Amino acid sequence: MSTVELSGVSRWYGNVVAVNDISMALGPGVTGLLGPNGAGKTTLLHMMAGFLAPSRGTVSVDGAPVWRHPAIYRTLGLVSEREAAPDFLTGHEFVLSSARLHRLPDPAGAAARAVALVDLGEPQHRRVGTYSKGMRQRIRVAAALVHDPAVLLLDEPFNGMDPRQRLHMMEVLHRLGETGRTVLFSSHILEEVAQLSGTVQVIVAGRLAASGDYRTIRRLMTHRPHVFTIRSSDDRRLAVALLAKEPVVGVELETAGGLTVRTSDYGTFARALPAVAVAEGIRITRLLPADESLESVFSYLVAS
Amino acid sequence: MINSTIVRLTLRGLFGRRRFLLLLPLPALVVGMAVLADSLGATPAEWGQPVLVGLGFAAVLPVLALIVGASVLGSEIDDGTAVHILAKPVPRREIVLSKLLVGFVVTTLVVGAGMLLAGLVAGSARLGLGLLAGTAVGTLAYSAVFLLVSLLTRRPVLVGLAYILVWEGLLTNFLTGTRVLSIQQYAISVADWAAGTDVFTGGLSPQVALIMAAVVVVATTGLAVDRLRSFTLTGDTS
Repeated sequence: MSTVELSGVSRWYGNVVAVNDISMALGPGVTGLLGPNGAGKTTLLHMMAGFLAPSRGTVSVDGAPVWRHPAIYRTLGLVSEREAAPDFLTGHEFVLSSARLHRLPDPAGAAARAVALVDLGEPQHRRVGTYSKGMRQRIRVAAALVHDPAVLLLDEPFNGMDPRQRLHMMEVLHRLGETGRTVLFSSHILEEVAQLSGTVQVIVAGRLAASGDYRTIRRLMTHRPHVFTIRSSDDRRLAVALLAKEPVVGVELETAGGLTVRTSDYGTFARALPAVAVAEGIRITRLLPADESLESVFSYLVAS
Repeated sequence: MINSTIVRLTLRGLFGRRRFLLLLPLPALVVGMAVLADSLGATPAEWGQPVLVGLGFAAVLPVLALIVGASVLGSEIDDGTAVHILAKPVPRREIVLSKLLVGFVVTTLVVGAGMLLAGLVAGSARLGLGLLAGTAVGTLAYSAVFLLVSLLTRRPVLVGLAYILVWEGLLTNFLTGTRVLSIQQYAISVADWAAGTDVFTGGLSPQVALIMAAVVVVATTGLAVDRLRSFTLTGDTS
């Protein structure tokens, strides 16, 4: 079990601030590093991986600094965004060389396990130069996992993967998180983060905009209305009854049936709705938080 | 000190690059010119200076050392594969020394073979061995310098060529005081001393040449190790 800790980390290039005073601690489990392109995700990951010096602040893994400290790679595995696998090696040779560079006691066995983990099978004996982008990504993940690191950092790991490969990689990362590894992956694609990880670190314009479980983050943003879609036995009467309640700030009847309700307080509304339904004798057949998706959380954060 | 996995990977990378393979026959030029001059009846005293020094030490040796020295690590940094080695708990000194060893051995073998043969064409085994010794000293210093240059700039070949052409090609010919800072002069002076020949003359004493070569190798290698410790990943910042 390892912890990655960032304390007051900033990074600037001349007058441009890429990362601005970020502090966070990442523990075991899968965490998504989310942000739009240019938000500073890669800069942050490079600093966590010891490939970029913070202009200010410190980055450490289990208390040990990562910058200018190669021994940290015993604990840490990195899959960078750039396709960094030598074309002239076969996939198997690539992972095997990784195991040898780690001076593992049984490099061949470790390489075989890592390749099996990413399910590359027969293509492992082909040269990396002949691989598709998704296959390259997987062999690079295998090379990064060959020493079974406690911390795994991945920069946009699903780039170029087809849906089946993506699903498989998500399973692999899930399993690693569940078995106590600290896994951090960056993405600008919201559904990836939403599917893979409940915990997010949202970076917007170099700043840590939000941190924690993304559903909790959404609920904490009380100044934004929460939106629910409801279907019931009598939408119109429910709309009237709900409008009388304090936290409800708007109700809209949908032409296709059902209603959309905006509320300023998640908790009060969640308690009020069943009471209203019982009092009015209305049966609720569907209740969906319409804006609980990571996308809406994200757009709120970017907008503010 | 030397990592065999890094050596193997570097060798495979080097021999997989076309620009390196195209340069491999370059030392054959030195041998070819020597054979041609010899068959035309010129004496080694006549063709020695232009062929062995003008072509061998001043052109073939530095250019090959530059291409190899800048490739052993520079190419990997360029195409992003350096991360494969750098994201490992391998001391940076071990990486630099392994890369330097590959650059030194490959260039010495390729250029040294040509120089040795050219010396034999001149009819002297001692001249051939002297040329080989000079080549080895020059290669080691060039490799160390160009390895460092590949860590300092994204255009190591351009910077290396500027050093070879401007500093060694022009300045050391006009300003004799700058010879003490010319790797070419270290190589020629050591070769001259080891061969005991009057076919060509070095501009430095062998002691100065060897000490300066050692200083250059140690200093640039030390700097390269330090530079590699602070290796920074660049790329699209997102």
